[in-house]
Amino acid sequence: MFRNAAELVERALAENISAAEVMIQQEMQLKNRSKAAVMQDMDERLAVMEEAVRRGTSEEVTSVSGLTGGDALKIQTYMKEHTPLSGATLLDAVSKAMATNEVNAAMGTICATPTAGSAGVVPGTLFAVKEQLQPSREDMIHYLFTSGAFGMVVANNASISGAAGGCQAEVGSAAGMAAAATVELAGGTPEQAADAMAIALKNMLGLVCDPVAGLVEVPCVKRNAAGASIAMMAADMALAGVKSRIPCDEVIVAMYKIGENMSDDLKETARGGLAATPTGRALETEIFNISLERS
Amino acid sequence: MKYRSVFDIIGPVMIGPSSSHTAGAARIGRLARLLFGKEPKRADVHFYGSFAQTYRGHGTDVAIVGGLLDYDTYDERLPKSKEIAKEKGVRIYFHEEDLVTEHPNTVQLKLQEQEETMEITGVSIGGGKIEITELNGFQLKLSGHYPALFVVHHDRQGTIAHVANTLAAQGVNIGQMEMSRKEKGQEALMVIETDEVVEDEVLNELEAFDHILQVARIYE
Repeated sequence: MFRNAAELVERALAENISAAEVMIQQEMQLKNRSKAAVMQDMDERLAVMEEAVRRGTSEEVTSVSGLTGGDALKIQTYMKEHTPLSGATLLDAVSKAMATNEVNAAMGTICATPTAGSAGVVPGTLFAVKEQLQPSREDMIHYLFTSGAFGMVVANNASISGAAGGCQAEVGSAAGMAAAATVELAGGTPEQAADAMAIALKNMLGLVCDPVAGLVEVPCVKRNAAGASIAMMAADMALAGVKSRIPCDEVIVAMYKIGENMSDDLKETARGGLAATPTGRALETEIFNISLERS
Repeated sequence: MKYRSVFDIIGPVMIGPSSSHTAGAARIGRLARLLFGKEPKRADVHFYGSFAQTYRGHGTDVAIVGGLLDYDTYDERLPKSKEIAKEKGVRIYFHEEDLVTEHPNTVQLKLQEQEETMEITGVSIGGGKIEITELNGFQLKLSGHYPALFVVHHDRQGTIAHVANTLAAQGVNIGQMEMSRKEKGQEALMVIETDEVVEDEVLNELEAFDHILQVARIYE
């Protein structure tokens, strides 16, 4: 069982297999199940992600609170009429990430990757690069195993909970997972995948979890947009041969320590950051008819 | 290591918006119902900490009720669970508690059907993973790091041996086991942490045994 990114990469290189394959083998061993069964389980999750992206990019979804919804569709419409300045694939990833989180906020069905609040980044990136890379269904399933392998490394050495480590632990982890998986899907090496994860996560360090009214909406939906775009950037950088000066595992430990030092007000309590802005408080009062400021 | 399966990271498939406040809450509700063995006619839901502060926005209330109606985290009836419970005549009361608990996401459920009652305390630790810390006043020491099995049974000789043998025959190793009973010869509870995941067939096999009333599994 790999304990960190270095061991994951080492095992992939030693056996001349992908990080995805390392994860598949570990899962088979853990659950004592066949490869076909494990692949099937992941395929079902892929189908859930695909449907959430489809729904969020084609329907006007609205959350129960009314705070979020419809922005992913807005971006898709914009892309039909304009050439996006940031590039078509990147903006497509942004839109599809937001689509997933808008569906999530509307109490639709999603697959947590690694959490519900950060569920947009991994599928958003996958379904955007799909247009260009034209992967097979199997390749797409492998992408999710690569994501899972790198996500597990973060979960076991730091945290994937906003309440424990801030947004860097949720969307930051998701961005790292997506970056690593995108590299592998595009034909990069396991080392490049680890570099991509490191680069993505470095750019998310310190990000706080400050949801308005405590809801997984503002700024979560747009943070997933940022996570997807950073994942794309980091993947391209790693594929170009850019390395992370600080090794992936050290970045992960840094993220954990930053989370430990972060004030509780900035860890999913709706007491600080954007939640505590005048508008944030006004929205909260409007939605619940109460204020969370009491504590 | 806390996370071992890839599906802890890529999963669960769930109704939004929060893995801890929605999916975890649904899992606590569903496990409570499994242990209760039937649909309660009345449920008192006591929210603590972050659950008490943010349950409305996260649909934690809806998720708990969905779980009590035996819905999984991805059941599309989940958002409508409160209405469905009302139609079915299940009365649910929510209580916001001020008491500070060890973990911010704690809920205590008091279930009732006729004369029968059950109290269960659950904690949602992140990403949809849950822990059960108390059952009918019995403190449970479930790490939540391993799959666990709950076996409600009559306090009769041979029952524990039967369960252990069945698991052994399936290649399932027991990591930790706790037994508790209300009174000698009455209903008893076994909580078993296992290294391997216990498959459905094994659950069915255990449930078929004479003195076993109910078998439930926590996490996969």
